[in-house]
Amino acid sequence: MDYSKIISKKAHDIKPSGIRKYFDIAEKLGNVISLGVGEPDFHTPWVIRREAIRTLERGKTFYTANSGLMALRKAISDYTEQKTGVRYDPDGEIIVTVGGSEAIDLAVRAIVEPGDEVIIPEPSFVCYRPIVELTGGVPVIINTREEDCFKLRAEALREKITERTKLLILPYPNNPTGAIMTREDLEPIAQLLKGTDIMVLTDEIYAELTYSTEGHCSIVSLEDMRERTLYINGFSKAFAMTGWRLGYMCGPREILKHALKIHQFGIMSSPTVSQYAAIEALKNCSEDVRNMVDEYDMRRRYLVDAFNKLGLRCFMPEGAFYVFPCIKSTGLTSDEFCERLLYSKRVAVIPGTAFGECGEGYIRVSYAYSRKHLKEAIEKIAEFLEELKNGD
Amino acid sequence: MDKLFKLLRTNARLSNAELAVMLDSTEEEIASRISSLEKQGIIKGYSTVFDEEIVSKDYVRALIELKVTPKAQVGYDEIARHISQYPEVESVYLVSGGYDLSVTLRCHSLKEVSDYVAQRLATIDGVISTTTHFFLQKYKESGIMLISEDEDERTMQ
Repeated sequence: MDYSKIISKKAHDIKPSGIRKYFDIAEKLGNVISLGVGEPDFHTPWVIRREAIRTLERGKTFYTANSGLMALRKAISDYTEQKTGVRYDPDGEIIVTVGGSEAIDLAVRAIVEPGDEVIIPEPSFVCYRPIVELTGGVPVIINTREEDCFKLRAEALREKITERTKLLILPYPNNPTGAIMTREDLEPIAQLLKGTDIMVLTDEIYAELTYSTEGHCSIVSLEDMRERTLYINGFSKAFAMTGWRLGYMCGPREILKHALKIHQFGIMSSPTVSQYAAIEALKNCSEDVRNMVDEYDMRRRYLVDAFNKLGLRCFMPEGAFYVFPCIKSTGLTSDEFCERLLYSKRVAVIPGTAFGECGEGYIRVSYAYSRKHLKEAIEKIAEFLEELKNGD
Repeated sequence: MDKLFKLLRTNARLSNAELAVMLDSTEEEIASRISSLEKQGIIKGYSTVFDEEIVSKDYVRALIELKVTPKAQVGYDEIARHISQYPEVESVYLVSGGYDLSVTLRCHSLKEVSDYVAQRLATIDGVISTTTHFFLQKYKESGIMLISEDEDERTMQ
């Protein structure tokens, strides 16, 4: 069969993730010290796992309501209100999804028409662009810059807004840069959007992992933003629950009503055991989360200091669990740097270009690893840089 | 728990410079904090966690449960203090539950443990009974895993 005639053009045209390539090389080489993953190294807190075991013991293994267990939606509603000051009705304004990723997909599919423009600040997580392209939407990229601490600036946004702009994706705290948006950063963005029909998809999956003293600020908490915001969060990063596949979207009833149909026919309902366990996460794990955040914070400081000492300038990220050092001083491209480091020292990091063209000259280094592991990797990177200097 | 304690608890050999970076402080501040904690007796000492199978292969370790009669005025303190002074004794805890003092011993042989229990512990005035458990395998100590951890199965996504 000639599959090239069978495969849809849209599926065909999707570019594979730039992260995967490095994983495949690392797998082949074996014995690699990885700094490449995007998920916590911690185990899911025990109370959450215990709740999942109990759920299985009690035989609670049926589908739930399409939008998720009511008890979980209530817990999400309380938790979101506590974190953002904004109240969502568990009945109609919250959908429990298969990870934050499904929520992003749902949000985009529910509102983007072919030809609609979707503004995406980059560098950012790899899924936004392909999801927008699958709907026939047109990704409009804003390149954020190191001198702005990789924040989205209102001036840059204003330049990209046209009559066809339907949606702004706001990926903060940011993967891969670790950048955050403070209230002061968000206010001019909100000002610009007020009075327009532009929606905001705020992907706050890393919100709990914010290290600045003022903490995370959600755009939905700003005046007039609730009605134009789709708020996305999940359990993967904050509660170390990646494999449980659970996230959620909160937003205006009129939009969620239609998004729910897509979820209903595509997914039915999110994993039941994960949903029961997630109630426990929201109610009884604040101390576990705090301990994890403390640990990430120490690693973050360690890595930023280490890279700066090695001569790779690295700005202090204030969220997520990545640092994003600049490697321009080596004269290599991001791709060359990562490939040579991987082959010569067996250390895996991800090129900034995997997250958008403006990631050129940077690498993403994850600190979802023990301090001992990070130290070993830094020693190898130091050797690599020394050898580069000596022209080996 | 204070972040400084968290760091020192699993690695007491971190330099003041390393601690300062991770805690967003200066070397001088860290040095003065640690020295003040030492002076106040909040930091009691620094120990090393060994792989006992290699380092202590000529030793036997045991946990002794002691039931004792507390004495007037001093309660359990006098007996606990008495037991604590023997060099074979690694730790002494007063515990709740079916017995009173939990004592861990490190001796050269089974015989030495049994001699110690029979001749030193059981004969102390106020000790009602002893139960001896020999340690077979140690998996975790002071928050440090002594067995190899699970392989990292995470993939890059």
